[in-house]
Formats: sequence, structure tokens, C-alpha cells
Amino acid sequence: MTTVSEAVAEAHRAEWARVFATTAQLTRDLDLAEECAQDAYAQALLTWPRTGIPDRPGAWLTTIARNRARDVLRRESTFRRAMPLLVSDEPVPGPEDGLDDDRLRLIFTCCHPALGRDAQVALTLRLVCGLSTAEVARAYLVQEATMAARITRAKKKIAKARIPYRVPAPDQLAERLSAVLEVVHLIFTTGHTAPTGAQLVRRDLTGSAIRLARMLHLLMPNEAEITGLLALLLLVESRADTRLSDSGRLLLLSEQDRSRWDTRLIGEGTALLTDALRRQAPTRYAVEAAIAAVHAEAKAWEETDWSEIVSLYGVLLQLWPSPVVELNRAVALGFRDGPAAGLDALTPLLADPALATYGYLSAVRADFLRRLRRWAEAADAYEEALALTDNEVERAFLIGRLEEVRAH
Amino acid sequence: MAKYLILIYGDAQRWDAMTAEDRKELEAGHASFSKAAGSRVLAGHELELAPMATTLRTDGVGGVTTTDGPFLEAKEAVGGYYLMEAADLDEVMGLAALLPEVHADHSGVEIRPIVDHG
Repeated sequence: MTTVSEAVAEAHRAEWARVFATTAQLTRDLDLAEECAQDAYAQALLTWPRTGIPDRPGAWLTTIARNRARDVLRRESTFRRAMPLLVSDEPVPGPEDGLDDDRLRLIFTCCHPALGRDAQVALTLRLVCGLSTAEVARAYLVQEATMAARITRAKKKIAKARIPYRVPAPDQLAERLSAVLEVVHLIFTTGHTAPTGAQLVRRDLTGSAIRLARMLHLLMPNEAEITGLLALLLLVESRADTRLSDSGRLLLLSEQDRSRWDTRLIGEGTALLTDALRRQAPTRYAVEAAIAAVHAEAKAWEETDWSEIVSLYGVLLQLWPSPVVELNRAVALGFRDGPAAGLDALTPLLADPALATYGYLSAVRADFLRRLRRWAEAADAYEEALALTDNEVERAFLIGRLEEVRAH
Repeated sequence: MAKYLILIYGDAQRWDAMTAEDRKELEAGHASFSKAAGSRVLAGHELELAPMATTLRTDGVGGVTTTDGPFLEAKEAVGGYYLMEAADLDEVMGLAALLPEVHADHSGVEIRPIVDHG
């Protein structure tokens, strides 16, 4: 038996964006829409114990939120004329029309290029994923008041500069879609390895990112870039349950129990990847998904096709030149050709200012030195890596390795 | 409809150094922008460059100081503007992207919404 509070929590997770977006389409005012959507969820907690959980909780919540919005609009119609409006010259559709379009419009509004990337991420988490301001602040390591101010400023810019509530025209879609995808990817990576704190993974964030990617894919199934991103997120997520030991220690790819990788997600991700690659030249996300797929295909760590992975990183470097990609390529090279070759590949990166405080560079170097049995240098590199991470699970892992090399 | 000011910024020295040919090309760019924007352009002018500016500000004791030159000394200066009326930011962004200054390597435009006191 599902309890009412579980049902409401589930409806919040699955239906928040729809309830909010549909209400925003009516009110054309983000703050009012948010208030009415929140009221609807509060109402559900009070009503469902008496009436039972409705068959379509999302539709129930949307109706309540829109009715509430209508009441407020009627009562405040004079006052509201002076309030900042979310512009839309299109007619407001009836309650059953264009639900999915509303959500898509909402995502593109939150990720409009006239807003800063920080604001795009914050608004998406707040308005599309329904996270509280405190949760968004925690994900981005800022004070709640700072995040509240950032969100308020972004909403104000939407109203004052009249950022439209609309899916961009085809000729603008590519530019704006890539901003949307970057935001979704950023939400996922933040959840995948939380920058600080006791937990390695923030499943609430990875879950939000996957739901967003699924929604985008459902709404625009022919956009190969979306298909590639969804494939990437699912393939990475398939390993989520095996990244920690029972005692909470970080497990490397080589140590994970592959029998516990989620074969359903792997199958779905691989199929999406094949579809994305058939449609158009590979995008950055598709190549990253292909790398994840090579790992997923290997029955054991020893069977990993490192040559394939090295060459995929080469392709990725062409599409998305970045020192982090070069670092990953060096790691793969180190597994294909041995730690000495890997270390050589790292050498030019040591001078790159973009990586000066990137802890993974030190950690990778430490690992190559450890495998070369250059204990003293390895210990120095582990200490450097330790100084550069604030995630407790990662710190525990690095301390373990540091003690191991010091013992020699 | 909302009103926006498009401010055209660029390197004043680079503008100064333009040849007659360059100018002609620039003017052609503005002509095609004006044609595309139509009646949405409410006003627009090219400004004399920064050295022609005069700045007034307080002297701190109740009077006014007048100084030669712009309020902000910067390599990039405002060189002109358009006052536009449009449905939303996307419409203005779409039109502003036609301006030649958006495509030159030393210049760009800033779009500022105008406060609606109505």
C-alpha cells in the first residue's frame, strides 16, 4: 500500500514540472505559478486521505493549481495589470492542451542564453525539477540567501527583459538546445560526484538530470544530440550502485562488481547511442556515451578495449577540446601502453593553468607513479590530490592509497 | 510590446581608422538592419566618439563639475544606439544580430530593456 505522503512525494518528483508549467502558461507569472502549484500539493496532502489517491495525480494537481490561479487572477485582475508579466501573445490553451509543450517552453525559458549559466542551472532545478531553494543552494555550495537572490534576479530578468516563454524557432534551436543540454549534463555531473560533503553521489540530482533528459528525448525524439546525452547519462548511471563498497569506500571501475551493473539501463543506453550515431555525425555526448558503452561491454576489467577507448578520446578531443579530456585520454593510454606511457602523456598537462587545482590530475599521476613503484613521488602526488578534494569519500580513498605507498 | 535600447559598443580607434570603403559597407549593414526592423525602430543615431563627450557630475559640495570626455574611460565606447519596440527579447536579439558591429572583432551590442512606467 502506498501511503498518501508517498504518493504526494512521487507526484512531486514525476509531475512537478508539468503542474508548474501548465499553471505558468495560465498566469504568465512565475512566482504566482509556483505558489499555486505548491498550494495544489499541500491540498493533496489534506484531501487524498479522505478521497483516496486519484488515478491521475498529475491531472488532479494541475486542475487544482490552475483553479487556484484563476481565483487569484480574478481577484487581483486590476492589481495584476501592473505586475511584471511573462510574455506570451499566443492564446492560452485549455487545461488539456499542450501539456508537454508547456514543459518544453519552461525548460527553454529557464535556459535562455540571456541568462547566466549559474542562473540557468538554478532556475532549471528550482522551476523544472521542483527542488527547494535550500536544495539548489546545497548542490551549488552557496548560502541559501545567495541562491535565493540569484533565483529572484533571474526571474526578474525574465519579466523585465521579456524573455519569452517559448520553444525557439528552428534556426535558433541548435544554439539554445546546447545550453539546455549543458545544464542537464551539469546537474548530472554535480550529482555524480558531489563536490563536497559526506556523500559521493547525490541521487536526487542525477535522478533529476535523467528525468529532464528523458523528457527532452520524448518531446524531441529526432534531435540526435539529446539522444546522445540521454544515452550517456543512462550508461553512466548503470554503474551507480557499484561505486561504493558496503563499508562506503570508493570503488574504482576495476574493482566494481560488474554483475550488479544495471543491464536494463545499459541496454537502453546502448540502443539510444546506436540510434544517435545513425542519425548524424557524432556529437560530444554521443562520443562520451560510446566510451561508457565500451566499458559496459567488457565482461571484466581485464577485457576492456583500451585501444578503442583511446581512439574515442581522440575523436572527443576534436569535438570538444579540453584539458580534462586530454587527461582522460592519458589515463586510457596508461592502461593500454602501461603506466610509463601514461605518465609521459600527462607531462604536458602539468603546465596547464586550467588544471592547476584539478585534483584528478594529481590523483592520476599518483596512480601511474604507484604502478611504477616510484613510492616517494607517488606519496607526494597523493598528498597533492588530497589537498584538492573536499569530498569525504574521495578523501578516504586517497588516504588509503597514501598509506599504502608510504608503507614501501 | 516593450521598448529596448540597443547600445553599440566598439573600439573608438578602430572606428576612427575606417576607410571610406569600410564606412560604406558599415552603412549598408545598417540599411539592411533598418529595413528588417521596419517600424520597430523608434529612433537611432550614430554618436560622435568619446572625446566629443562632456560629463557632468557632482563636485561633492552641492555644485556640478563638468569634465571633458565620457563618464567611463574605456577603450570600448558607445558609438551609436537604436531605440526599438518589440514583442520580446528574442525578437530584438534576432534583429540586433543583423548589425555589422555584432560581427566585427572589436565591437558588440548591448540590449537594455527600457523601464515601463505605464
